[in-house]
Amino acid sequence: MSVQPAMPKSWRVDTKPHKFCPGCGHGLVLKALGQAIDELGIQDRAVFGCDIGCSLLAWDFFNVDTIQTHHGRTTPVITGLKRANPNLIGIAYMGDGGGYAIGSQHLVNAASRNEKITVILVNNTQYGMTGGQMAPTTLPGQKTETTPYGRDPEKTGYPTQGPEMVAAITREGAYVARGTVANLRQLKNYLKKALENQMAGNGFSFVEVLSTCPTNWRTNAEETWKMVEQELPKYFKVGEIKVPGQKEGEANG
Amino acid sequence: MPDKPIEGEKRVFMTGNEVVAWAALVSGADIMYGYPITPQNEIMHYWTRLAPKYGREFLQTEDELSAGFTTIGGVLAGRKAFTATAGPGNTLMQEPMSMAEAMRLPTVVVIQQRGGPSTATVIYSQQEVTMTTLGGNGEGLRIVYSTATHQELFDYTIKAFNTAWKYRFPTFILGDGYQAKMRESLTIYDPASRGIELVEAEPFFGKPGVPGVDRPPTQLRNTYNVEEELYEVLEGYFKDYEKIAPEVAEHEAFDVEDADLVVVSHGVVSRACKAAVKELRQEGIKVGYFRPITLRPLPVDAIRETANKARQFLVVESANGQLARLLKEAAFGCPVEMLSLFKPGVGITAEDVVSRVKEIAG
Repeated sequence: MSVQPAMPKSWRVDTKPHKFCPGCGHGLVLKALGQAIDELGIQDRAVFGCDIGCSLLAWDFFNVDTIQTHHGRTTPVITGLKRANPNLIGIAYMGDGGGYAIGSQHLVNAASRNEKITVILVNNTQYGMTGGQMAPTTLPGQKTETTPYGRDPEKTGYPTQGPEMVAAITREGAYVARGTVANLRQLKNYLKKALENQMAGNGFSFVEVLSTCPTNWRTNAEETWKMVEQELPKYFKVGEIKVPGQKEGEANG
Repeated sequence: MPDKPIEGEKRVFMTGNEVVAWAALVSGADIMYGYPITPQNEIMHYWTRLAPKYGREFLQTEDELSAGFTTIGGVLAGRKAFTATAGPGNTLMQEPMSMAEAMRLPTVVVIQQRGGPSTATVIYSQQEVTMTTLGGNGEGLRIVYSTATHQELFDYTIKAFNTAWKYRFPTFILGDGYQAKMRESLTIYDPASRGIELVEAEPFFGKPGVPGVDRPPTQLRNTYNVEEELYEVLEGYFKDYEKIAPEVAEHEAFDVEDADLVVVSHGVVSRACKAAVKELRQEGIKVGYFRPITLRPLPVDAIRETANKARQFLVVESANGQLARLLKEAAFGCPVEMLSLFKPGVGITAEDVVSRVKEIAG
């Protein structure tokens, strides 16, 4: 008899194993999210929206009502849903391209309006689904299909600091954090707080998650883990950036 | 809070944009998502003044992409949501509406056409026919009503909500700058007073029970892994669309039985054509009048029947043949000669049509 690792209750078992590449971080983020949904007991009213890009592979991931939308457009779909039925708990799930490039104006405006939704953005520093092109979050010097000699910040800018931007443009009531698949207990805690913040009707909740893409990074297990655990946090500081009720500077990891 | 925006019937004198706002209200529209673009702005202006009095909502989004996608979100939540746009906004709106097409979502969009391409004029045109009927990647599985009068703007906006929720295809009202901005008299009414039953909205998401335990989760996608999977879904959609097309298609015609030449037009231009045909008939010229009210699906049977009888079609439109292309396809193989009077982005008068017919008649 083999012992299976426990799956979150809100996972849809008949669609497992999931469709992400081996070593991909999405499965870990979605596990933490599943646990958060379970612990908050919101499977009946959570709505999960995913983007185009690798995140779309999660369209049948949960036993939760789900919509898979267009590049960058998950935020407005969930915004429209939440506005029309505030009892639902809207989760917009996207990658760095969907949130910081094509969908950035939706992210910025939803944050500015303090929409009572939760946005989870998975940052793996490149476009996974389309074959590993540069993303707004690609590190300086990082090689991708469209920066074959390494990203030159003089030509293409520096990595987008998403949570810092969202924290800067949101007012009281917003929750902003950056987690990592290298610390799942902390990540689940952030995701739970982001959902609780929405449930309390406080305001916009945003969690960026540092994640892995061994396929496009062309890294083995050891290098993949080194990248997400050591390299990414040099540019992207892990921790809570904005917590309702706390004064600026009080929030921490 | 008053229950009914209009009791019984009321004779009014309004702009077309105001008419749309009232029609959406009596249709039971719950929420409008919108972004300003001329000439449809006043739909939002009136809606934001009327809606709070009747417990309805509004969100001004950051752009038309967002307006379209938030409308989709509203529909998923089970509310009668709608939006309105024009011109370059209509271009952006095609992305969300192609998703609504993929997921069979009952979105309602009011288009008040302006001149094109690009920013062009803010006034008027019939140049958004191709985009509204067939825009977006995909096959154009949608319903488009082209209105000609303020009365029709009111009647067909009510109908659009019902059609959308009954058949679950994205539904458009195709008006124009003249209809949007001019004032004319019409009768607004409570749909119930005329025996019009409003189709109820239903939630796609958030139905009672725990998904996966008490009910299957609702999981919508527009991505398919293999060609055959998509093909199968689309085959089902095409079959549904083909089935409803004869029920949905509408047209208006007169004097076509013995006509040598039939003037074909849509929208506000058909008013000039109607006047012209009446005038020409009085002079003893055998002309007829035909107007598709639905541009998608087209009233194909009626078009073919007319095209088999008449010798000539004179297609009149304020575009360079966008309606004509649809007609040619519908009448393919019929022995009718297609003639035209095109004035892209410019208004057409009855005199224009009369003189063109006389020129043809020699």
